[in-house]
Amino acid sequence: MDKLLNDFSPGLFVVSTILLLALIALMVKFAWKPILNSLNEREEGIQGALDAAEKAKREMANLQADNQKLLQEARLERETMLKEARELKSKMIADAETEAKAQANKMISQAQEAITSEKKAAMAELKSHVAGLSLDIAEKVVRNELSNKDKQLKLVEDMLGEATLN
Amino acid sequence: MKVFQQSFKFLALAILVFLSTSIYAKSSNEDGGQVDTKKEVEDYILHHIQDSHDFSLFSYTSDEGERKHFGFPLPVILWSSDGLKTFMSSEFHHNDDGHVIVEKDGLKFAKIHSKIYELEEGATAVNFDADHHATNAHKVLDFSITKSVFGVLVIGLLMLFWFSSLARQYKKKQIPTGFGRVLEPLVLYVRDEIARPNIGEKHYRRFTGYLLTVFFFIWFLNLAGLTPLGFNVTGQLAVTACLAIFTLIIYTVSGNKDYWMHILWMPGVPVLIRPVLAIIELAGALIIKPFSLLVRLFANISAGHIVVMSLIAIMFTLKESLTVPGAMGLSFVLSFFILLIEVLVAFLQAYIFTMLSALFIGMAVAEHDHEHEHDEHGHEVATAEDVRGDFI
Repeated sequence: MDKLLNDFSPGLFVVSTILLLALIALMVKFAWKPILNSLNEREEGIQGALDAAEKAKREMANLQADNQKLLQEARLERETMLKEARELKSKMIADAETEAKAQANKMISQAQEAITSEKKAAMAELKSHVAGLSLDIAEKVVRNELSNKDKQLKLVEDMLGEATLN
Repeated sequence: MKVFQQSFKFLALAILVFLSTSIYAKSSNEDGGQVDTKKEVEDYILHHIQDSHDFSLFSYTSDEGERKHFGFPLPVILWSSDGLKTFMSSEFHHNDDGHVIVEKDGLKFAKIHSKIYELEEGATAVNFDADHHATNAHKVLDFSITKSVFGVLVIGLLMLFWFSSLARQYKKKQIPTGFGRVLEPLVLYVRDEIARPNIGEKHYRRFTGYLLTVFFFIWFLNLAGLTPLGFNVTGQLAVTACLAIFTLIIYTVSGNKDYWMHILWMPGVPVLIRPVLAIIELAGALIIKPFSLLVRLFANISAGHIVVMSLIAIMFTLKESLTVPGAMGLSFVLSFFILLIEVLVAFLQAYIFTMLSALFIGMAVAEHDHEHEHDEHGHEVATAEDVRGDFI
């Protein structure tokens, strides 16, 4: 201990204190401050770049999801459109069919009606014609028959004979 | 790459300066200097551990029996009884036992065991008592540029050069190249592994400058001590004391209310015990902590130097029993591995000093925003943070 104290040099202590103070001051001013600032800046820069990359990645993923969604929607829409079109088509066909059928039925019934009325008219005409004709014939026959009195009598007699048979 | 070339040029220049100055060779008529016996080895090692007033690289005895020293003298700056006195250390002619007296403006100075003494009025030679203490001379305040101060200057300038060029690199590019690429992870290491976790996210920035300076200062000086230049700066009590006192001042000045509260009037313990605890805590904060810092660094580095030099000295002390090649081989193998361990210790001690400084500062500025947990008796439950200091 005595030797240690003897070895302790107060002069060296003072000189090294001064030198160390100067060294610390100079190092802080010319080395540590700029170095640490640059390191901090660099680290912040790296962190910023990493954050930006992460953000870009996330945005990209979002965008992709959006795209997917849009695509899905478009596909769905196309399908519904196709389905609607198909439905419309079948409906139109069905409608056309029923309408055509109705039209046809209507036309048939009209035709039938016309036929019936024509038939009636024709029948009526035929009847009147036949009646007229018959009357004419009958008139002529009667006129002819009546000109022959014997024959008439005979006929009455035949008829009377037949009537008894009934 | 450019920076690397620059630093290479700088190193080359430094080596050139060394070489040119070491051409200055000083001869003295001392017959000492050769190291053979155990006692001489011990003296040599103890001499090396101490600070020295000149920078000697090696010495040898010429054919004429003259002792030649290679190195260069350093300025001696003294605060004597008659004010400031300066001269070059070469005036002592490498004498270290007080026999060479340097006269300066009527005052006489002698160097005894790397300490400079001023002789009293009228004395012409230093008288020693039985314990080899000078009786008619007293120590003077010695502000000399000693070998340690020289080492501090060299390492300080190197640090300034290296790190300011690293700082300048950042102006042009994001990632440093060349030697800066080696330094940057070290800076990051100190900031992220020492300063930030120990001091806390909120305050660490204020103290990082000090911690970085201290870390690299100690580490580079430790490493310089392992080179054949033979610096022993971090093995000087004065230097480690200076470092420890810096840390003490920083954590004492920046200590917050909680810190002082825990020292002076510890909450959660019976009132009667509080004054006793205050004394213990005060002693811990003001004496034990800095003392442990200064002694740990000093003792580790000094011990490292002593061990390495002792192992090298095996070459001389065991040459009779092991023959010269045997002693040299043993000495080489042992000192080689110890030197490798010392390289690790150089880093470790710088790390520990910085780490503990950061820890002490961290304890002083820690914010106890959390309410301390109390157990059912109303006593505080010690948190890891509170007991952390007790294990150091």
